[in-house]
Amino acid sequence: MIALEQIAGDLAERANAAGATAADVIVREADEFSTTLRMGKIENLKEAASKALGLRVLLGIRSASSFSSDFSEQSLGRLVERTVAMAKVTSEDPASGLPEQSQLGCYAGDLELFSSDVESLSTADRIQLARRAEEAALGADPRIQNSEGAGFEASQGTVAYANSLGFAGSYRSSYCGLSVSPIAQQDGGMQRDYWYSVARRAAGLETPEAVGRKAAQRALRKLGARKVSTCQVPVVFDPETARSLLGHIFEAVRGDAIYRSASFLTGKLHQKIANENVTILDDGLRSGGFGSRPFDGEGIASSITQVIEKGALQNYLLNCYTARKLGLQTTGNASRGIAGPPGVGPKNFYMPAGPSSPEEILHSVVNGFYVTELIGFGVNTVTGDYSRGAAGMWIDRGELAYPVEEVTIAGNLAEMLNHIEVVGSDLEFRSVLAAPTLLITGLTVAGT
Amino acid sequence: MVNVKRFFFDRYGLTESGLSRYLEAALSEGGDYADLYFEHTTTSSILLDESLVKSATEGISMGCGIRVLAGEQTGYGYTDDLAPERILKAARIAARIASGPAHVSSVGLSTIANTHDFYPVASPATERELSEKLELVWRADRAARAHDSRIKQVRVTFGDQIRHVLIAGSDGRVVTDFQPLTRLGVFTIAQDGSKLQSGTSGGGGRVGLEFFQGEHSPEHFAGEAARQAIVQLEALEAPAGEMEVVLGPGWPGILLHEAVGHGLEADFNRKGISAFSGRIGQRVASELCTVVDDGTIPGRRGSLNVDDEGEPTQKTVLIENGILRGYLEDKLSAGILKTTRTGNGRRESYEHIPMPRMTNTYMLAGTDDPADILRSVKRGLYAVSFGGGQVDITNGKFVFSASEAYMIEDGKVAAPVKGATLIGDGPTVLTRVTAVGNDLKLDPGIGTCGKDGQSVPVGVGIPTIKVSRLTVGGTSLGRLQSFQ
Repeated sequence: MIALEQIAGDLAERANAAGATAADVIVREADEFSTTLRMGKIENLKEAASKALGLRVLLGIRSASSFSSDFSEQSLGRLVERTVAMAKVTSEDPASGLPEQSQLGCYAGDLELFSSDVESLSTADRIQLARRAEEAALGADPRIQNSEGAGFEASQGTVAYANSLGFAGSYRSSYCGLSVSPIAQQDGGMQRDYWYSVARRAAGLETPEAVGRKAAQRALRKLGARKVSTCQVPVVFDPETARSLLGHIFEAVRGDAIYRSASFLTGKLHQKIANENVTILDDGLRSGGFGSRPFDGEGIASSITQVIEKGALQNYLLNCYTARKLGLQTTGNASRGIAGPPGVGPKNFYMPAGPSSPEEILHSVVNGFYVTELIGFGVNTVTGDYSRGAAGMWIDRGELAYPVEEVTIAGNLAEMLNHIEVVGSDLEFRSVLAAPTLLITGLTVAGT
Repeated sequence: MVNVKRFFFDRYGLTESGLSRYLEAALSEGGDYADLYFEHTTTSSILLDESLVKSATEGISMGCGIRVLAGEQTGYGYTDDLAPERILKAARIAARIASGPAHVSSVGLSTIANTHDFYPVASPATERELSEKLELVWRADRAARAHDSRIKQVRVTFGDQIRHVLIAGSDGRVVTDFQPLTRLGVFTIAQDGSKLQSGTSGGGGRVGLEFFQGEHSPEHFAGEAARQAIVQLEALEAPAGEMEVVLGPGWPGILLHEAVGHGLEADFNRKGISAFSGRIGQRVASELCTVVDDGTIPGRRGSLNVDDEGEPTQKTVLIENGILRGYLEDKLSAGILKTTRTGNGRRESYEHIPMPRMTNTYMLAGTDDPADILRSVKRGLYAVSFGGGQVDITNGKFVFSASEAYMIEDGKVAAPVKGATLIGDGPTVLTRVTAVGNDLKLDPGIGTCGKDGQSVPVGVGIPTIKVSRLTVGGTSLGRLQSFQ
């Protein structure tokens, strides 16, 4: 770990020696494992280790960046030279630059991002987990005779960041995931669905049997799906599809969309933009969270940001650049891949659980659509216009009546936020985005 | 011609005997076949935003991926360090997919020259001065802003790369390729009062900077992005429900990519999980439809001299006059299905296992005049530009999202409508094609396809076509009230 911080710090210093007025460096090292099985036989087995670094240099208020997986002395020398030369031809941008020294910091507590039980799980055990998940799915019902396969993946790695202001930090993290995609068949029709479990600790995974059975149920309930007539009805989003809405809201509150007026939430800070029962937080400190980290991609200590509080937009999500553009303070949302300057990324961006169980929500709907799957990209962050392919179950007098496919749901995100009528109690963290079941009115379902 | 073999041998100390040794190590546990995929990719990108060159980035990604096939199983390892001991380690990891004594003891190699060069770029963009590329993005910025005073934001990106590839297989074949790729993108925002709308356009391919002139000039793409945003300012609610749909030529070919292309990839079919499984020889489209996948079109974004398994690309007929003829094959699937490879084994990088993927997928031109096709529609949707799409290959349901569309009323193109997703059923949508235009056009060269987490550049194309019934996912329930 310290070795990576050293590499990052040395390279930043080297850039300064080559003429940069400031520089920062990110270094990533990771071990990756994945396997897929299908019908009980191993399909793929993959394992590798990799590392890469990214450099950003500043010449006053000009900047450029570069990346490489070649850490040799000669290669790094060339990298610094070329990056400094590139910075000379970019524009002067008063908003560019590293954070202020006083802003730099690192969360001191343990975020439980790393667990050694992932690494210590043997290859045979990993394969066995995927095998058990697929067996559970295939054994769930005679209508499941085929499968697209089951997979297990694991990774652990280290991220180090250093800049020419003297900040250097690093952290380790681990990850593992189990998934299975069974195929259900009936009367010549075929449906596929999947289920999965992900965790930072191997001990945190759901049992393969639970994952397999859930995947089977999801595929089976799609059998015999049909189109419905075009109509406007209440739509219930399950947590998986509700999470995708959180993704669209994140795209609309990120600072780079705001300063470019490329979001329907531009200019809406401190205004009411959603129903009163809507609160959204971006929490960088959640124990074991997939978006947790001690500091962001610019060396800003992680924190919790209130994004929407009881329907009012309280904060945009910002890195240093977008904060300067908007005359605000960074919220520690600098995301940093290997290539390019810092972007804006979510921490753990989520909607806290509400009062109603998912069953209560479904029972409250007389005639509506329970959406369990969304496909396509028909979301426009600039206007908020929303139109996506959907599948799920029809709700008739509070009960799930029959499966539905080949329909779209459409509306506008600004209106949808105001029409989140009920927030479910079933919040689970399965990625950097999370939301419970939601009931939204005013959407158009297009079918026949 | 660039000597890619020399490039790897001189820079990274590779030798023929070294390659043989790595392949032998890969087969040391009894695998049937092994290959090495050496890749060195230089990437460069520029972002112009708010009339400022905000970022310039360049980088190198290189490594070697080693694959071992044992029956239907694949073992894979990769390394980003080309030191011999690291490659050998990756080879031994990949080898473990098999378990038994080696049945190949030595691998002799011979280099196979490519029969074609579909992208003979004399001076790749990645090797040109940054200032030349900056000139292109500045021209786009100026042109977009000059198009209309309501254009308030312009973002222009220019990205290019050169990929050197050397593939060595345990069948003794060594194949190399030099793959340039270039892309200019323009994104605009128009504002009129409180109304905001966006537009996007762009172009590129396996081409050099000389491509960006005439109908591919920065001014052309910038004008398109600006025009789209301005048109959208006046857009009405899109209709909701089934109706007749006319697709314009070019980009709308994404229909083929989603509706049939993915479903015809051989991996899904050998597993029996595609809506097209077992349907070769059957009618899946109206007899007006012939659909091909063609990796050999010079300079196109989806073209390749050889696929990422070293197999020459080709033009593959998928649907001929409405009858399903074949699948897109990689080495593994062709072996299992006992068919021939079609040069569609592709991968995102050395870190990834190859699988069947599309190259450039398009429908051949028909005989109808596009104007007649529009005139034949009483009421419907005319969609001319699209964003992304997606498909569930098992039930065949697919979507693609229109970013520029108009109502058709009494045979005439009427008011523009807001973007909307169209949804249909892959195995039946083409049976409803009732007219095919004589105006085949390929997309401008900015498409990227994702599958199992791997992205690869692709192309699509289509002439103007009419689909008698497709569900349009707008918000407007009123059948005729959306345009008065």
